[in-house]
Amino acid sequence: MTKEIITLCFRFILLILIQVLVLNKILFFGYMNPNLYILFIFLYPLKKERSAFLWISFLLGISIDFFSNSGGINAAATVFIAYIRLSTLKLILNKSDLDFKLFKLGDESLIKIVSFVTILTLIHHFILFGLDYFSWKSIGIIFYKSITTSIFTIILSILSILLFSRKKTANF
Amino acid sequence: MQQIVYFIQKYKYFLLFLLLEVLALTFTIQSHSFHKSKFINSANAITGEFFKQSHSFFEYTSLKKENLKLAKENTVLRNALDLKNKEIFSYKIDTTFHKNIYFTAKVINNNYTKKNNTLTINKGRNHGLTIDMGVISSNGIVGIINNVSANYATVLSVLNGYSKINVRLKNSPFLGTLTWDGKDYKITQLHDIERQAPMQIGDSIISSGKSTLFPEGIIVGTIKEFDFKDKKYQNVQIQLSNDMSSLGHVYIIKNKHKKEIKQIENNND
Repeated sequence: MTKEIITLCFRFILLILIQVLVLNKILFFGYMNPNLYILFIFLYPLKKERSAFLWISFLLGISIDFFSNSGGINAAATVFIAYIRLSTLKLILNKSDLDFKLFKLGDESLIKIVSFVTILTLIHHFILFGLDYFSWKSIGIIFYKSITTSIFTIILSILSILLFSRKKTANF
Repeated sequence: MQQIVYFIQKYKYFLLFLLLEVLALTFTIQSHSFHKSKFINSANAITGEFFKQSHSFFEYTSLKKENLKLAKENTVLRNALDLKNKEIFSYKIDTTFHKNIYFTAKVINNNYTKKNNTLTINKGRNHGLTIDMGVISSNGIVGIINNVSANYATVLSVLNGYSKINVRLKNSPFLGTLTWDGKDYKITQLHDIERQAPMQIGDSIISSGKSTLFPEGIIVGTIKEFDFKDKKYQNVQIQLSNDMSSLGHVYIIKNKHKKEIKQIENNND
């Protein structure tokens, strides 16, 4: 239990550092910055007690906002995908009841991981850019930026999940 | 009463979600109003110190470019000084003579790809900076200070949807307002230009000196393209002279007469 908490803290800090120091400076094609920090939301263990999870995701989002001077847009988007995470997961896995303790995202089939990550990332980025631009006039640029940046984020997220969660299954 | 307690218990997860979203949106809206983003900004002690450290780590990569830029500016200033040499030394100069005081600072965090961009610089209240001071670099206008803490300040960049800067044509005294549409970080837009103003592609745009933020004559950019429709100028695109993607040292302008000007203007109301 304590080991789990330490891992989570470590991952929380590491993802913020990577996001702020490296990823926010990439500017792929001049504007694209992947938002890998939402990997924390994907990998957070499923638990019955979900209020703490909402608070942590709010904290994660607002920390990113602190560093990028963006008010609370990252916090709003991150809390939203944290809220819908469980229902999305149930929808994709076609289960009404999940085994909370044994569930591990890395153990699911690749196609399910990809669709789970894709849905949440698209929603997150759409809220993020929607709040950033916040006008109907720029709806085109909002869609364009959300989709192109999402592709970048999804690729990085999937690679990280495969790299770090599948160690045990890859060994046999 | 029992019903309410039951309701709260049943939907407490959803209510917490709503509460956090409202909190996040409040921060967002607050950050949009020019002077009110007191809480979530990178001018506070933690994030400021953090950016200073990371900046000092990566600083050497741009040293060569920065040196060249400063050397170039020195040449320009020396040439200008040479022209005015006689004038300057025939004046009796005391400290009340200067209207503007310049501070130098370093940009420790820069963004230019979002809709509302801000910069963080490594000088703050302790160094004499306050809100509403103009910031320029050797190549032109950068922005306006909108937040100060003890040792850091954030700058509302010209690349910000809420930034409005008073400018004029260099060749004729017609005024306009500089804004940004959020698309290209090299190009900003000019509005409210009178229709009788003579305008040509390639004309220079400079600061107007009508506000206390910037003295007159600081270069902003050149006209890239414009349309003349319905007897007025539309869609005037300005190519910025400043490369906003690579800012190193910047200058902050303190107008010593600002208080006096503001006071006398307020007397009129």
